Amino acid sequence: MYSKGLAPLAAATAVTITTAFALVFFYAPNDADQGFIQKIFYVHVPMAIVALCGFVAGGIFAIKHLRSGDSSWDLRSYVAIHLSIILGVGVLATGAIWAKASWGHWWVWDEPVLVSFLVVFLLYCVYYPLRFSIEDPGRQARYSSVFAIAAGAFVPLNFIAVRMAESFTHPRVLSQTGGDLPGDMRLTFLVSLLGMALLFVTLWKLELTAKHASMQLKKLRNRARVAA
Amino acid sequence: MPALPLDEAGKYVAGAYVVFVALILVYVAIIGAKIARIERDVSAIVDAEEDE
Repeated sequence: MYSKGLAPLAAATAVTITTAFALVFFYAPNDADQGFIQKIFYVHVPMAIVALCGFVAGGIFAIKHLRSGDSSWDLRSYVAIHLSIILGVGVLATGAIWAKASWGHWWVWDEPVLVSFLVVFLLYCVYYPLRFSIEDPGRQARYSSVFAIAAGAFVPLNFIAVRMAESFTHPRVLSQTGGDLPGDMRLTFLVSLLGMALLFVTLWKLELTAKHASMQLKKLRNRARVAA
Repeated sequence: MPALPLDEAGKYVAGAYVVFVALILVYVAIIGAKIARIERDVSAIVDAEEDE
């Protein structure tokens, strides 16, 4: 069911990520201001964008679940949020490494981009205790969906708020005027972003396949128990 | 702050990419172990049914 097209998708992901890494280290020039350390940008920023999009996707799947009552949409929402949290850990870790190298500190509290991402991350960390504190599967799915929708709506609002705040340390790389990235850096960034998005979809499908198989197995066991 | 020299910056860049790769590998390993366990359980059920 969920594993359809997983193999070609995984192959496309591997090719795109390998290409992205090759472009990062052999094609994209070193940044004039930050030098070699700016290479972290190509893993940190795509990971952050994909994680935030994953949170929003979790909210959209949750809407579909509440509208249809189909529990498979809740599963899709849960896996999207779960994966986004894992990527969020990566974003915070790579961000801290970049901050230490650039600013001499692992964390800077007066930087709105960092703090806002942490706020979103911590908000979604609440999802797990909320979800798993409810035993009834129907209620669990409904309550989780409501949370996913509310939190998913918060993500773009948070993004807009940060954009409206003036920042000198986080240059805008994606804007209507083209941002500050030169062509070769922009290409590398876009390939990295595509690779990260493909990775997210591949892992999402992989986890959905595993979860679905696990649920099917549970049903099979119950049936065998009843038959015995 | 001025740009770090290559030998010093290299450690941080390598660290960031290692974090990313390790995160993905650990995740894939956990899911892989889960799928392997499901496969074993399915085989056990099929074997039990065949014995009956």
